[in-house]
Order: sequence, then structure tokens, then C-alpha cells
Amino acid sequence: MIAIALVGHSGELLRALRAMVAQAAPAVPVVIAGGTATGSLGTSSPGIQEALRAALRASDGEGVVVLFDLGSAVLALEIALEELPDHDRARIAVSDGPLVEGAVRAAVEAAGGASLAQVCAVADAERATAKLPPDWPDRPGGRAVSR
Amino acid sequence: MTDDLLVRWLTLAGARVAAARERLTDLDAAIGDGDHGINLDRGFRELLRRLETGLLARDPPAAVLEGAGRALIGTVGGASGALYGRGFQRAGAALLVPDGGPATPLAERSREERAVVAFGAAVDAIAALGRASTGEKTMLDALVPARAAFEAAVGSGANLELAVRRAAEAAEAGAEATIPLVATKGRASYLGERSIGHLDPGAASSALLLRALADAAAEA
Repeated sequence: MIAIALVGHSGELLRALRAMVAQAAPAVPVVIAGGTATGSLGTSSPGIQEALRAALRASDGEGVVVLFDLGSAVLALEIALEELPDHDRARIAVSDGPLVEGAVRAAVEAAGGASLAQVCAVADAERATAKLPPDWPDRPGGRAVSR
Repeated sequence: MTDDLLVRWLTLAGARVAAARERLTDLDAAIGDGDHGINLDRGFRELLRRLETGLLARDPPAAVLEGAGRALIGTVGGASGALYGRGFQRAGAALLVPDGGPATPLAERSREERAVVAFGAAVDAIAALGRASTGEKTMLDALVPARAAFEAAVGSGANLELAVRRAAEAAEAGAEATIPLVATKGRASYLGERSIGHLDPGAASSALLLRALADAAAEA
């Protein structure tokens, strides 16, 4: 089964998100890399790399979809990925989807036995998925996501 | 660049970062997430600890730079750790590989010319990882003019000490020039025009690091 890796600035945030994901898809392995090595807010390439390796093992080598938060997360993630061997990197897909919605959506897809590309695609698609119902009153600035 | 200068630079840079911890953090609090000084100080403390305990090689220069980069990447925690760390690593790597161009192998060229190669590789790596260029209110606004000044100085026959002084001056001027800019990269970009009027913390720390290099070179 495809595993999910959550990368971000806060271990606390990611632990809570992992609990939310587990409610929706308890069988899916979810590995987190949040905060610095000393527990401060921030990201850590070595920590991310370790989490990615653990996620690959938990997926029995099937693959890992990564969701990440803002700022330095993408930089730290890029460095962590570069140092992994090619055969590991080939089984890791980084999603450009939103962290919370993307993680839950990806896990549900993974629980159904979807492939690495399918799980990543549904997480990506959450970027363009409207969260407000269509009959929601107009907001200042209009609608963020067109339907 | 001699091994000894690299170690003296990193040691002095660590002390300067520690002294500027509050200032850098305050600059970051104004337009970012308020941790630049704290983060960089944590990274340099670990870097110096590794130097002192022998975890980080003191020589050859390529190994010092690679180890310094690794220390910063592993412990800074913010974008600056990834960017500076990658810069140091690529500077080190550049000293190991032939660059394919001129006939004279890298190892046989002057320390000034080798420093040009390493400095250039660092700035290129930072720009590549950050997908940034000058004018975006980032550390590159200090580093790019510093690199140009450094190369110009070496090109006109300056020794390392003078060339790094020119680089530090250009970095300081470049950092000051970020004040009127609108940030388009990183957390500061969320502020849009409200980022105008603030010195970019990354440009400030880049200028600080290069001033430390100039001062370390002048002590020799």
C-alpha cells in the first residue's frame, strides 16, 4: 500500500494531522517529519530523509506520496530527495496539493489500493477543489476557486 | 583560500552570528517569521561544535565547506539553512571537480582563482535552490553583487584579502539596497508592498558572513 509522508514546520501540527488521516484511512502508513532536530519550529533535511526511508519501508517498497507545508519545507525536501538513491527517489512522488485536504484525500485513495501516480494525482487535485458550497454568499474579492 | 582561513572565517562568523542573533531575528520578525537569527545561531553553534570536536574536518578546504554545509542544512531549520548549507556544499564540490574550461587544472591555480570558483558555485547553488534572482529582496541581493565585486577584484590582480574586502563592501551595499524592494520570495512575499522599508534579514546575514570573511582574511 502507498504510504503518506507529511513534511512541515511543526511536529505538533503533523501529529494532529496524522490522527485526522488515521480516522479516514487507518490502514495507511503515515510518517511525519515536522520541526527541527531540537524540536523548534522549522524543517530538517536529515529528518525528512529519515521519514521518507521509513515511509518507503512501511509501503513495502510500493511508494510514498509526500505532502508539505510552507516556506523552507520545499527546500529541505528537495535536499533530502537529492541525497536518496535513484531507486528510492523513483518511488517518491511529491504532491503540490494542500497539506490537510491533500493528506486525507491521498490516504483514502491509498487505502483503496491505488497506484503511486493515482494517489499523488488526487492529492494534487485538491488544489483546485472548491471547499465552499456553490450557494455560499459572495465574498469580498469574489470566489477563490471557480467551478 | 587556505584551510586556516576557512576555519578562522567560520569561527569568526559563528561569533558574529551569535552577536547579531537578536538583530537578525528582529529584522525577520518585521517581514518574515521572526527566527532568522535564532536559526542561524543554532546552525553555527553546531557547526563550531563539530569543528572543535573533529566531527567536521579542518582540511582540505573542500571537506571543510562540505561539512559546514551539512551542519547548517541539518540544524538551522529555516530556508536559510537549506540555502547557505547548499551554498557551502557546492562551493566545496566545485573545488573537487575540474570545471572543464581553462587549461590550468584547478589545483594549480592561485588561491584567488580557486576562491572565485568556490564563491561562484555557492551563489549559483543558492540561486538555483531558491529559484530566485536579484531584486527579489533576498540574500542574493547581497551575494550576487559581492560575487561580481570579488571576481572583478581578482580579475584586476587583487589578492584574496583585498578581494574579500571588496566582496564584503558590495554585500553590505546590496543588503542596504533591499530596503525599498518588494519581497517576492519567501515568507516576506506574503506582505507584498508592506515589505517595503525593511532590510531583508537574509541579505543582512549574507553581508555579515562576508564581512566576517574579510575580517578573518585581514587578520592573517
